[in-house]
Amino acid sequence: MDMQNFKTREKAAMAEPKIIARDVNVYYGQSQALKSIELDIAANEVTALIGPSGCGKSTFLRCINRMNDVIESCRVEGRITLEGIDIYNSGLDPVLLRARVGMVFQKPNPFPKSIYDNIAYGPRLHGIASGKDELEATVESSLRRAGLWEEVKDRLDSPGTGLSGGQQQRLCIARAIAVNPEVILMDEPCSALDPIATAKIEELIDELRENFTIVIVTHSMQQAARVSQKTAFFHLGELVEVGETDKLFTSPEDQRTQGYITGRFG
Amino acid sequence: MELNPPLEIDKALLKKRNAAETRFKLYGLAAVLTAVLVLGLLLTSIVSKGYTAFEQTYILLDVRLDQATIDPKGTGRQEDLAAASYRGILRDALKEQFPEAESRNEKRSLYGLVGSAAEYDLRNAVLENPKLVGTTATIAVKASDDVDSYIKGFIPRDVPQSDRKIKDQELGWLDTLEADDRVIKKFNIDFFTHADSREPEEAGILGAVIGSLYTLAITLALCFPIGVLTAIYLEEFAPRNRWTDIIEVNINNLAAVPSIVFGLLGLAIFLNFFGLPRSAPLVGGMVLALMTLPTIIIASRAALKAVPPSIREAALGMGASRMQTVFHHVFPLAMPGILTGTILGMAQALGETAPLLMIGMVAFIADIPGSINDAATVLPVQIFLWADSPERGFVEKTSAAIMVLLAFLVVMNAIAVLLRKRFERRW
Ligand SMILES: Nc1ncnc2c1ncn2[C@@H]1O[C@H](COP(=O)(O)OP(=O)(O)OP(=O)(O)O)[C@@H](O)[C@H]1O
Ligand SMILES: [Mg+2]
Repeated sequence: MDMQNFKTREKAAMAEPKIIARDVNVYYGQSQALKSIELDIAANEVTALIGPSGCGKSTFLRCINRMNDVIESCRVEGRITLEGIDIYNSGLDPVLLRARVGMVFQKPNPFPKSIYDNIAYGPRLHGIASGKDELEATVESSLRRAGLWEEVKDRLDSPGTGLSGGQQQRLCIARAIAVNPEVILMDEPCSALDPIATAKIEELIDELRENFTIVIVTHSMQQAARVSQKTAFFHLGELVEVGETDKLFTSPEDQRTQGYITGRFG
Repeated sequence: MELNPPLEIDKALLKKRNAAETRFKLYGLAAVLTAVLVLGLLLTSIVSKGYTAFEQTYILLDVRLDQATIDPKGTGRQEDLAAASYRGILRDALKEQFPEAESRNEKRSLYGLVGSAAEYDLRNAVLENPKLVGTTATIAVKASDDVDSYIKGFIPRDVPQSDRKIKDQELGWLDTLEADDRVIKKFNIDFFTHADSREPEEAGILGAVIGSLYTLAITLALCFPIGVLTAIYLEEFAPRNRWTDIIEVNINNLAAVPSIVFGLLGLAIFLNFFGLPRSAPLVGGMVLALMTLPTIIIASRAALKAVPPSIREAALGMGASRMQTVFHHVFPLAMPGILTGTILGMAQALGETAPLLMIGMVAFIADIPGSINDAATVLPVQIFLWADSPERGFVEKTSAAIMVLLAFLVVMNAIAVLLRKRFERRW
């Protein structure tokens, strides 16, 4: 492939959204949690999902890496594509999908193992690092990218659960990026953290954007404004409005968005 | 409207509340004390009845070991030494000690001072030290169970002769022997190295211990893998529907089924239908496995349920399959609980008697079982058998066997605690 061709292809890939959701309906048993969601998520950007509690933000996030599969009553209809591949209907193994779409949860949930084993788990699982040296290098670079290396390099053998809450969450982020995913989903990653730890993670998210596509659920509109380029507002299972973060917060088009960001409900 | 209630009412309420709390504490303390007291009583009674079984009375006899009677050819080979008639030699030694016994009856009581297997003590002494042949040696032979009981103080002297197992004449002989320092007590090693016997002084628990070990090994080998896999499947993989609900209810019900029912099941299926051997640890273990399965399944499920869901989410989110999630994370974390449940189930199986009676493990077995197909008995059944025997000598054996059983249970529980400590991890 000559250079010219490569460039144009890369451009096309840049323009093409990383994730496309079309007519996504999600049901928990009889009740519908998401109604006909249509959303494009651009590559190398942070997309924030905001909205009042119970509006379906987490549900949508979990659709993207098929974590809803394990909930028995949950049924997903519609089409979600990752780089043009339908993740639900193309026979893609959800296990492989989750290696490409990592997730960070609301409550830091490191494995009750050493810091090293926490990070090494994913690479070992997917056979990414061959040999001990390469694995060690992966662990170090993941911890460095998560801004945790300096704090833990002397105690890689101590349990990950012994770290502070903010460190644990960064450990979880390091664990997620150790398998080099394309997308990282974050469900309220800072809600259990103090302001300083939150600031560190926000900074980290901004750095990670360079290499990853990030979707983050947050309850803090300040946080959404600080870290995201696009914001999507959900309300009662519907996607009300999506747009550039600056624009959405300064001049929302929908009444409901207006109401939510000015604090009239939610 | 008054928002704050007046202080006086507050005080009265507070007093009442504190009194109630003090009372509750006292009730609790009383309950604990009662439990400890009863347990202490039980242990004291067992130990006080049983400790004497760890000693055995021996009589020292001067025995003439003539070359002519023991080894006439003078080969000195072990087989030849073993083949000699030591019963006669022993009787001669007794007659020499007490020449006054002349009538048939008197002689019979004289010979009865020593245990029915005392000649083997003599033989073993000779086999151990062949140089004794040709000399007159002082050799300790086992006293009979009645003499043993008398020496240990269980047969009172001051009752009419007809109510006594030891008659006046025998008492006289024993007094002479005691005055000569010819009555000694030794640690009863035979209790730990012999199988059951009709003679109390010969009976030991090794047969029952080995039988219990074989049986428990079978039980563990069957019910640990089956129980744990069932629990993992039901807890982690099975869909929640009517069928799994029915299975769950049935497992819970099985845990409450009286154990003898499992014995009947074993009799009908394993013995009568499959024709497996009676009285064998193989079948005993299978029956106990049926009985222990629900316990292990329930304990394992509880342990799996206690693993926080966030761990499963973390593993799934990393791209682990469900099986990898379970075996890399959930199962190791549930291990302490699973092991505790298993050991408690095994302890329950160790103490179980009723179902084993149904499959014939109650027979009198004088041999130590050599394999899982040999006829055997187990500790609790041995206790049951001895408790049922009329001889005075078996009373102390019963309590001693209970002590051994309790020791096994304590060890098993200690292992459970240790394993739990070892596997326990924080999350
Ligand atoms: N496992 C489940 N089973 C049944 N219903 C569920 C389940 N999870 C979520 N729901 C329902 O789906 C709807 C959307 O839930 P979701 O968790 O996506 O909301 P959310 O926007 O993330 O809320 P929050 O901000 O409080 O986290 C809610 O009405 C919720 O009750
Ligand atoms: Mg949520």
